[in-house]
Amino acid sequence: MAQIFRPSTNAFAKGSIAAGLAVVAGLGAALFAFARSPYVSNAEVTVEQPVMFTHKHHVAGIGLDCRYCHTSVETSAFAGIPPTETCMSCHSQIWADAPILEPVRESFRSGKSLEWTRVHDLPGFVFFNHSIHVAKGMSCAVCHGRVDQMPLVHQQNTLFMEWCLDCHRAPEKYIRPKDQVFNMEYTPSEPQSVIGARLVAEYKVRKLTDCSVCHR
Amino acid sequence: MSSQPNTPTPLDLEAIRARLADAKGPEFWRSLEQVAETEEFRSFLDNEFTQGTSEWTNPVSRRRLLELMGASLGLAGLTACTKQPPEKIVPYVTQPEDIVPGKPLFFATALPVSGFGDGVLVESHMGRPTKIEGNPNHPASLGSTGVYHQSAALGLYDPDRSQSVLREGRNSTWQRFQESLNLLREELLASKGAGFRLLTETVTSPTLAALIREFLATYPEARWHQYEPVNRGAVHAGTKLAFGEAVSPVYHVDKADIIVALDADFLTAGPGAVRYSRDFASRRKPENMNRLYAVEPTPSLTGGVADHRLALNSADVDSFARALAAKVGVAVTSGATKAPAVWVDAIAKDLNAHKGTSLVVAGEHQPAAVHALAAAMNAALGNIGTTVTYIEPVEADASDQMASLAQLTADMAAGKVTSILIAGANPLYNAPPDLKFAEALRSVKLRMRLGEYDDETSAVCHWQVPMAHPLESWGDLRSYDGTVTLQQPLIAPLYEGKTAIEVISVLLNRAGRELRDVVKENWAGQLKRDDFDNFWEKSKHDGMIAGTASAPRAVTLNKDLGAQLPAAPASGAEVVIRPCPSVYDGRYTNNAWLQELPRPLTKITWDNAVLISPKMASSYKVQNGDILEVKAGGRSVKGPAWILPGQAEETITVHLGYGRTRHGKVANNVGFDAGKLQSKADPWRVAGASIGKTGDWYELAITHNHHSMEGREIVRFATVDEYKAKPDFAQAHDKGHELFNMYPEFEYKSYSWGMSIDLNACTGCNACTIACQAENNISVVGRDQVIREREMHWIRVDRYFEGSLDDPSIHHQPVPCMHCDNAPCENVCPVAATSHSGEGLNQMTYNRCVGTRYCSNNCPYKVRRFNFFRYADWETESFYNLRNPNVSVRSRGVMEKCTYCVQRINVARIEAEKEDRKIRDGEVITACQSVCPAQAITFGDMNDPNSKIAKLKKDSRDYGLLAEINTRPRTTYLAKLRNPNPELEKAKPAAGAHHA
Repeated sequence: MAQIFRPSTNAFAKGSIAAGLAVVAGLGAALFAFARSPYVSNAEVTVEQPVMFTHKHHVAGIGLDCRYCHTSVETSAFAGIPPTETCMSCHSQIWADAPILEPVRESFRSGKSLEWTRVHDLPGFVFFNHSIHVAKGMSCAVCHGRVDQMPLVHQQNTLFMEWCLDCHRAPEKYIRPKDQVFNMEYTPSEPQSVIGARLVAEYKVRKLTDCSVCHR
Repeated sequence: MSSQPNTPTPLDLEAIRARLADAKGPEFWRSLEQVAETEEFRSFLDNEFTQGTSEWTNPVSRRRLLELMGASLGLAGLTACTKQPPEKIVPYVTQPEDIVPGKPLFFATALPVSGFGDGVLVESHMGRPTKIEGNPNHPASLGSTGVYHQSAALGLYDPDRSQSVLREGRNSTWQRFQESLNLLREELLASKGAGFRLLTETVTSPTLAALIREFLATYPEARWHQYEPVNRGAVHAGTKLAFGEAVSPVYHVDKADIIVALDADFLTAGPGAVRYSRDFASRRKPENMNRLYAVEPTPSLTGGVADHRLALNSADVDSFARALAAKVGVAVTSGATKAPAVWVDAIAKDLNAHKGTSLVVAGEHQPAAVHALAAAMNAALGNIGTTVTYIEPVEADASDQMASLAQLTADMAAGKVTSILIAGANPLYNAPPDLKFAEALRSVKLRMRLGEYDDETSAVCHWQVPMAHPLESWGDLRSYDGTVTLQQPLIAPLYEGKTAIEVISVLLNRAGRELRDVVKENWAGQLKRDDFDNFWEKSKHDGMIAGTASAPRAVTLNKDLGAQLPAAPASGAEVVIRPCPSVYDGRYTNNAWLQELPRPLTKITWDNAVLISPKMASSYKVQNGDILEVKAGGRSVKGPAWILPGQAEETITVHLGYGRTRHGKVANNVGFDAGKLQSKADPWRVAGASIGKTGDWYELAITHNHHSMEGREIVRFATVDEYKAKPDFAQAHDKGHELFNMYPEFEYKSYSWGMSIDLNACTGCNACTIACQAENNISVVGRDQVIREREMHWIRVDRYFEGSLDDPSIHHQPVPCMHCDNAPCENVCPVAATSHSGEGLNQMTYNRCVGTRYCSNNCPYKVRRFNFFRYADWETESFYNLRNPNVSVRSRGVMEKCTYCVQRINVARIEAEKEDRKIRDGEVITACQSVCPAQAITFGDMNDPNSKIAKLKKDSRDYGLLAEINTRPRTTYLAKLRNPNPELEKAKPAAGAHHA
């Protein structure tokens, strides 16, 4: 009676074990990659807005300071989204008839708010406070990227907890002089390793990594 | 095995009594079941949760469940990978000046309890009121509040409130109602108001009162009536007897060395209670302890903190007061009293030795004679002007409300009334049944109701108009001492609610005036100041009009009082009817926070009960939960029995506020309506009562056996003399334990938070529990879940009885998370969801928690709470606005517990860091600390040697709960002190010597 399995089956068997492991590893890697993909984190994803507002033009082009619109960034947890009135303070004069700005004028006429889609959306169990970060020399650009170069604003970073902790464990890697916080074009005058340690000491920046600092 | 005990093991009260009498040391007990060591109690003690709490009890079989679980496992794992749904940001079109998104604003306003206004500050997030705090500058608050103020936030967002104008049950509009009022106005003009009646609750508002007076001047034939069940009628009648004019007492509790409470729960109920509690606590320091005697038929919180408490029938309080009055120099003849002679003698001696620094307080539910006697005793002892002052009644019309309602009923029955406007009052539910109000009302041609709920009274009215919540309206209220407290709206009326002022204005042809202007103009006219506008702005900001407290009136004692006193009531079995300590007279019954708040002495939730003494239970062979029929005065009610140690032997107590039929989803058909026993002659007491068993049994949702810590040295106390001889008595117990730790010590480089709770100040009023619930978005679980020991309160108030069954001492102990340095919970969490912070907090990270419940199992204090179901209400939209946006709303399967209000710590830390300084002492105030009327709770940084908390931790009375097991709790207690009268102490039957 002939053997059911030929000798070459051994090779297949060994191969299939390896292949099986590779599939498991591959699936694992795929899941890992998926969990960190922009699809999940929303990083680098451009979001559609009711008005195609360009930060690039308003910040780099005109030279508006961040705080012209985001008024509560230094005082409150929430940086603030400007009321329609702020837009109209210029656009009642400039580009007063531009079709692209019709939703803004409509909002002003009707008293109905513009509804922007949130770009940086932290989960409900995370409590972030803008004012303390700005006060301790953490620039807008560190988290939000070069907004002055974004026509339509997108999320630059993953906003994962490990990303937060990267800075909370070692703020010296990112800290800036307080007067450079709102300067999008800032480059350190000395190496960051030197200036960072000095500023952390000067501003008494604490490495807050307790859970209850953000989760409560 | 059945998952839930049906009828429990019967209790043998005689055995319990004998057991307590035999006790050698101090015997602390929470319940009769505990003393009897019944099976049910063992099950509470031995298991982390009671039988059936953590088991699957649905009819679906275990096998089927596993199948379903297997099938959904793959999908379940993926739920963590779902994307967050896109979120909108909706900015203002024109930003209001003061609003900074993300920062709350606080507004001063006033909240009424039975018409009396207490000053509060309301936290508002982007126009949504979320949390009530006390107004530190207001004399009735001094920064604290009671439970009803705290629960007002939930009351505002209650979806069961009346949401639209109804005409004969069908939707209508305010416009239509106004048209109807206009027609009525024309009729009234012709008839000078004949046949029109206005019925309100207690009115203290000067603006509303002025408007009503104007209305009565315009329509001279119209009449105004006031009625609500809990009113100050007896106080005014009593002072009229004593002084010849109706006046209201204002107590200065801090000036009194000796206080006698005659069935008076003045520390937790009635106008000024929050302030009295603060003043009382200020005199419970070891160096200047006052002494409180309480004589009462049913244990109250004031009786619980008394140095000596005597249980006496309600009827016998009168004869006791006469006997005491005769001994302190009041010209009355005293008859026999049931009180032991040594009591009368000892108290009289104490009072006579403290002339000018003693105080006699009579309770609102006692008849006029007792109030007159209390006033006479204060006069005879020279207390008037020092510990008590008398002011003109704060109510706009202080005439007798029961007589007023009886007059109204008689007129209606006689056909003299053609139209009635009922503003706020709910007589269909709360008028004594012997008045037959409902039948009389039905004969009125036009019946209009302004009410917060479409309730029993609305059901028989042609019109039901939604009434604005106090947080939605402009107005003014007067406080216990007369201070005018201003109300300003925190939010526009959610359901187009109106106030009495607006409705009456229509009848005066002044519709459409802004309520704000009506109030302002009234005061502009009253005050006539040149700088009125500025003064008004300041008054609004402060929440009150400065300098409006009533001046004391000079009173002279009626010389013939002894002859004019009504005869003392006959003693004997009686029913005593009281407002419920949680839901009051029924107006708060639909408030789920209050329903689930354990009643302070019985620990019953979601129900009322027939409270009886252990002796009565023995003689009638009644067990807890037996449905009894209570008969008195030809009327009867049925309700579950509850044996309450300390209850006067022949007194049966029932609480108002239940048995509502038309109020809301929470309230309807909960408990029984004790008001059915009331009579117009004496609403608070019915003589000649009897009870009979019906043979049925009902399971009450009671929390007193929950979260038990077994018989360790939990409450520690001594007398003042013992304390002076041995100041560290509370710590003696812990010495001799060798404590060591295998883990490295934590280092606290910045802050080290700690809490201290003064058991000597705590009255057990529950304000901390409900303030915590409001601050931390704590869910309500419902009666069924409470029975399963699943209530969610982060801070509970444990009530212990100590000593004999019939006359125990009562102790209260608030228990939040201890934030142990060696926390047993932290070590067992497999996912590090609970961990130790660098500032000493025991952190709970909800998003990490997978719900193993190991931490709760390992917690010796039983302070962790698990979301067995999704208790948080995500369906009711109005509740979204209620929640504190700075605290996560927890979902199913997550453990939670006291965080030391870490959201408040974080706010303070951020503000301090921005200003480059340390957090100041007193900058972080936890919700429980801030609300506490007695200021029993202190919180702060123990690393700062100058902080209040650091000093309290060095106090010789400081002790840690279960400190001998080396958990090193950060929450510690200051041991309780008593200041007994040695003469009464000697006379006390030999109970076990208490712990020292």
